[in-house]
Amino acid sequence: MAVVTPITPRTGRNVEAVLLAVAVGLAMGAWALVGLAVDGKLPAGMLGYGGGFGLLVLCLHLVLRWRAPYADPTLLPMATAINGIGLVVIHRLDLAEGRSFSESLASRQIIWTALGIAAAILVVVLLRDHRVLSRYTYVAMVAGLTLLLLPLFPIIGKNINGARIWIGLGPLSFQPGEIAKIALAIFFAGYLVTARDSLSLVGRKFLFIQFPRGRDLGPILVAWAASLGVLVFERDLGTSLLFFGLFVALLYVATERTSWVVVGVALFIGGAFTAWTLFGHVQARVDAWLHPLDPDVYNRAFGSSQQLVQGLFGMASGGLLGTGLGEGRPDIVPYAESDFIVASIGEELGLTGLFALLILYGLIVERGMRTAIGVRDGFGKLLAGGLSFSMALQCFVVAGGVTRVIPLTGLTMPFLAYGGSSLLSNWMIIGLLLRISDSARRPPAEQPPAPPSSDDLTTSMPAAADDEPELDDAVPAPDPSDDETVVVQP
Amino acid sequence: MNGPLRRLAGVVAILFASLLASTTWVQFVDADSLDKQPTNSRTLYKEFGRERGPLLVGNSTPIAQSVPVDDQYKFLRKYPGNQMYSHITGFYSVVYGPTGMERAAGDLLSGTSDQLFYRRIGDLLTGEEPKGASIELTIDPKVQSAAWKALGDRRGAVVALDPKTGAVLAMVSKPAFDPNQLAGHNRAEVAAARKKLLADPTRPLEDRAIASRLYPPGSVFKLVTAAAALSSGRYNPQSVLPGPAELDLPQTSVTLPNYSGGACGANDKITLTDALRISCNTAFGYLGLQLGPATIAEQAQKFGFGQKLRIPLDVTPSTFPADANAPSTAQAAIGQYNDRVTPMQVAMVAAGIANGGDVMRPNLIKAVRSAQDLKIIDEPQPERLSEAVSPEVANQLKGMMLEVVRNGTGTRAQIPGVEVAGKSGTAQQGAAGPPHAWFTAFAPANDPQVAVAVVIEDGGGLGDAASGGRLAAPVAQKVMRAVLDK
Repeated sequence: MAVVTPITPRTGRNVEAVLLAVAVGLAMGAWALVGLAVDGKLPAGMLGYGGGFGLLVLCLHLVLRWRAPYADPTLLPMATAINGIGLVVIHRLDLAEGRSFSESLASRQIIWTALGIAAAILVVVLLRDHRVLSRYTYVAMVAGLTLLLLPLFPIIGKNINGARIWIGLGPLSFQPGEIAKIALAIFFAGYLVTARDSLSLVGRKFLFIQFPRGRDLGPILVAWAASLGVLVFERDLGTSLLFFGLFVALLYVATERTSWVVVGVALFIGGAFTAWTLFGHVQARVDAWLHPLDPDVYNRAFGSSQQLVQGLFGMASGGLLGTGLGEGRPDIVPYAESDFIVASIGEELGLTGLFALLILYGLIVERGMRTAIGVRDGFGKLLAGGLSFSMALQCFVVAGGVTRVIPLTGLTMPFLAYGGSSLLSNWMIIGLLLRISDSARRPPAEQPPAPPSSDDLTTSMPAAADDEPELDDAVPAPDPSDDETVVVQP
Repeated sequence: MNGPLRRLAGVVAILFASLLASTTWVQFVDADSLDKQPTNSRTLYKEFGRERGPLLVGNSTPIAQSVPVDDQYKFLRKYPGNQMYSHITGFYSVVYGPTGMERAAGDLLSGTSDQLFYRRIGDLLTGEEPKGASIELTIDPKVQSAAWKALGDRRGAVVALDPKTGAVLAMVSKPAFDPNQLAGHNRAEVAAARKKLLADPTRPLEDRAIASRLYPPGSVFKLVTAAAALSSGRYNPQSVLPGPAELDLPQTSVTLPNYSGGACGANDKITLTDALRISCNTAFGYLGLQLGPATIAEQAQKFGFGQKLRIPLDVTPSTFPADANAPSTAQAAIGQYNDRVTPMQVAMVAAGIANGGDVMRPNLIKAVRSAQDLKIIDEPQPERLSEAVSPEVANQLKGMMLEVVRNGTGTRAQIPGVEVAGKSGTAQQGAAGPPHAWFTAFAPANDPQVAVAVVIEDGGGLGDAASGGRLAAPVAQKVMRAVLDK
């Protein structure tokens, strides 16, 4: 007699603990290498810093055991590893620049790391169910747009390196766009999950593609105009690309219509081309991208390709295996600890180290995508997918800018680059993804009831208009392909 | 929504794959060409982190060495000889890169030269820090110091060669500079020191011995003209030449006067030997007209004119105007007009005559030794550059030059008990200033150990009274004495 025994799904928390130890050990080993290379001895505060860092992530780990036991066990260790390596590289650049402890960037970055992890803990603890966020769709919209536009206001807005994406509050600088990313992802997800039905209605067919109806073009035009505004007034190609890309991607996921992608890409190309013809700063960036080694472009005072070229030199000198931590000269590149930290890593850890890093990012994003596929509600799918995709897009825009895939922009590498706003927002994203993944991986028996005001959520369930209803949307059962569910047949 | 999400995940994979491709391109495929970009300063920085080999003179006395320091460059380059060797060593600057031997032998000193390839593999296997090779120079510190002191505060240069091997025994250019100031690690101080040196009207950074602006050779060039005359077979040391007070130059109303203003001999006649001994301009102007510019140019070329030499410092080629017209040829034959020479070239003329007509290739490197086991990696062998004149002509020229020092314009170069052969020169600059004083010589005449050339700029403080025999001959004498230990 065959008996089907469902085994209690593994939470993966123990795996997470082991991976966390590996990630913290990796950072401490890197820290030790820097000390050995620069001073010839192990750094003095190594155990203190390593222990403190370990304690921070351990807190988040324990909170997960308590509040989100089924959360994806790989997200936290991967983010920890990248954050740790980033701290070491920033510390290494502090040493190269001879910054004292009080002016060192690494010490500030440690504080921001602590704040970031605390923010992730708060997200996991306070947000018991991610679906609650869909109630704040329009609050998120207002918050997101306000944050996005803040740098344009006089007094608090700051122009750094030609891009106006900073605000200054006293001695602190902040990139509100980083936080706006989360708010807008919530807004896009909440808005699209309700509007997807009308937006997926087809209009005329052209070149084998069913295009949407003209009157449904409103939202995408608004998003397009807003991102063009960012490009023109804040002079930041990266932020602009990030928001518009995020919107188009989510629009496509929500409606399942390729035509939206075609419309979006056409709008972006048109907008970017117009901006290129009209604005000098865009042309300068494109010139530096296409002809970085041209002496005229390299030596000009405005829009010089010097930073880009020095970054390329650094990466080239790293070669396959790198110079070794503390053995190269990444400090030659301006902003080596923020915009060009990818080049610093390429130089000292080589192509091998950079591959490992990019693959870590890729894995974080793909785990996020897996979460989006696994979670049962439409809002959660869009939010997890949007947050993951925004991180992928950001990595692409930054690393692609440094390696000349696309023109250089002012964004920073998540978890890695020096910058408080970026760390804070990315740890919050990890917190959100952990929360959503907990819901995605939780066995049906333990699923919490829908939050009280779930009226608007029920409408987000697959409707009759959905021409291709999906199994895991309709049936609240674990995805059969979910690798964590094991069926044993004795 | 899962279908689009899966496809979006595919898009993400493509984005990351494109990053893997682009980083591979930058760090692997295109890396070599990026490394070689002129704006890439990293290659230099890489070098600073290595222990560079020393430059040694005499019995392994360092004149450039790396000492460990506690800063980002790890090693500081020190020049214990201060100013005395500044133009030979050059300096190794973190701001301006290397100059002098630091540049010319940079690959060996830094340990990146292909000659050190197998040793580098050894370092890789043993994990030892790569070290640069040490280079022993041919410079004799005793001779260098004698030349340095003899020149005093006067602007000019001294070059002393071993005529048999081409080894450079001394090479001094004044004014000099302190390379330590330029090899420091404080960028602002280095920049300030360099700015000051560049602004100095006496141009201390220029190496007057082998590079810099060249000098008119004046009468020391008469050695070349005499060599051309003797080699032509039409003249011998006893040939009688016209030596009037003034030589009428064809096609012009200009005349070429003698330095003394008077005629060179009785009845305006003089032998070739005596013409060289008293440096008779009219007789040599006449010879120049008889031989023609092409013949003299060819002879000059055989002594090394027009050749770009690396010793391994770059030596600026000296020039003789092969296309001069008749009146200019007479001027050029006595070392005026457009003749331009380095002191190194003048020393090579004397050395060629001393060595039986064979000019040896000048060279500064005695031996290259590996840092690990001090084994000799490279030891340049003496090499003949050219046969300037036949042994017979060389012998005739030597006899004439002996007369110059015995009782001609070069008596101040006499060394008791040693036969010295020499030739003076006083290169007129006209309105540009007092003449440059020249002297070139070799000794002992029967077994030459040293050939020397001395130039003292702008009269050396004596104004128009300056002459090669008076100013430069004593300097040459002191340098030769240092070599001969007399």
